[in-house]
Amino acid sequence: MRLSRKALGIPYAIFLVLFVAAPLLVLVYFAFTNGKGQFTVANFTGFFTDPNTLGTLFYSLCIALVTTAVCLLIAYPTAYFLAKSRFHRNGVLIMIFVLPMWINFTLRITALKEILTLIEGNLAYFPFLNSVIGMVYDFLPFMILPLYNTILRLDDSLIEAAKDLGANDRSAFFKITLPLSMPGIISGVAMVFLPSMTNYVVLDMLYNSTYIMGSLIGSYFSAYNWNGGSMIALILLAIICIFTILTGGDEEENRRMGGSLL
Amino acid sequence: MKNIPKVVFILLVVTFLYAPILILAVYSFTDATTIGAIRGFSLHNYVTLFTTPELRDMIIGTVVLALGSAAIATVLGTMGAIGAFYSKKGPSSFISTLNQVPVINADVVTGFSICILLVVVLGISKDTFIPLVIGHVTLSAPFVFLSVLPKLKQMDPSIYEAALDLGATPARALRTIVVPQIASGIFSGFALAITLSLDDYFIATYTKPATFDTISTYVVNATKGSQTTIKTALWALSTVIFVIVVLIVLIGNARGAKKEGATA
Repeated sequence: MRLSRKALGIPYAIFLVLFVAAPLLVLVYFAFTNGKGQFTVANFTGFFTDPNTLGTLFYSLCIALVTTAVCLLIAYPTAYFLAKSRFHRNGVLIMIFVLPMWINFTLRITALKEILTLIEGNLAYFPFLNSVIGMVYDFLPFMILPLYNTILRLDDSLIEAAKDLGANDRSAFFKITLPLSMPGIISGVAMVFLPSMTNYVVLDMLYNSTYIMGSLIGSYFSAYNWNGGSMIALILLAIICIFTILTGGDEEENRRMGGSLL
Repeated sequence: MKNIPKVVFILLVVTFLYAPILILAVYSFTDATTIGAIRGFSLHNYVTLFTTPELRDMIIGTVVLALGSAAIATVLGTMGAIGAFYSKKGPSSFISTLNQVPVINADVVTGFSICILLVVVLGISKDTFIPLVIGHVTLSAPFVFLSVLPKLKQMDPSIYEAALDLGATPARALRTIVVPQIASGIFSGFALAITLSLDDYFIATYTKPATFDTISTYVVNATKGSQTTIKTALWALSTVIFVIVVLIVLIGNARGAKKEGATA
């Protein structure tokens, strides 16, 4: 009798095997073969010996690190003030910071581009700075939301206890509040770091012609070089796996929270 | 008065997030072609937006794709969540693990790998829209799954058993007992699926037919071109979307407040 409930999962299981698992296996196959279908590690060794691609990896990491750091520096105080504010209960304030998530990001970057062009005259003067501003503009809500949710759940009595025991504001913050908000920091970092390594559209739209990891896939795609593109995708996948293991990976909770706020 | 620095900081962040969109909104009502120029009031951007067939088709196409792929993703993801929830540990964790892959993966990698499998290996033409729809369902179904699963966990299992004891068939018990209790999860999953599809650039760009554009791919191509009428019409589009999002959020909040008032 219970079979019917379990059987409901079968179509989705088949879907996942066909369109999630199989594409990854094909990716591995293409990454380790050449255009004629023969096994080769040339794509792999090529990536790690070519100064251009290594430079791209380095540039991606720089953009991602700076973007994540700036997002954190802006988002933490914002989330903290919002969570501790007297108005936080009605949830309207946080909506103001989450709302941009639902506006198409290419249109938001278009708006930002017009403003930056007005301020700087020519976007070509500060390509790195503009790219970081673009990424921060795009991803800031994704950093604020998990931090806000974590800080909101902090037990104020712990901070009061610390103060009763003689801690000043400063040490109460660094010894109590900050360590307890680590889960929010970690998921915020996961939400921002990986997309800013791959979202090459932000760079393209702001006229930064330097490649990041995502742009490499785009350029191999345009050149119909499936093998080269697959190897880059595989390397990105490896970076994502390492990062997810390091951070414990609960990114889905935040993207989902963005949806359930609707 | 020690609150003043806090308020200033918050206002600066709000300005950073909203100034570009709002300034663009103001200029969308003028005939200026760059920000900063002072020009007269004009609605020509809005006229262009709603009367140019190319723009209209692109907007309708994006919305139809979002609704269609979200509907498929919602059915698949909900069925998957129910199936996984009632299955034994092995099959259940198999589905949950594979479900995490598109969630954690970069969209570039997801889009590229689906393109390789469907277009390069299986030879399915992009013009059939099959790769595009599958790509968007792959992107959003896992999030539907993740919205529905917690609702199933919160459910009281004895009600379903009671329905069976009282003679309901499993299918009927599922329809009249389980589905209503997880409806809020299904709905937020559907809403999330729509926003993911509307915001997507990477999966669309690797799987879409050459003659079809979503808002994202269209905007990216338009910024590379030099057609100023299209460029400023997109300012109008950005303003329209901004107003729609604000309205949805306001209505959602008003309804949420009402619900809270009713339960309190």
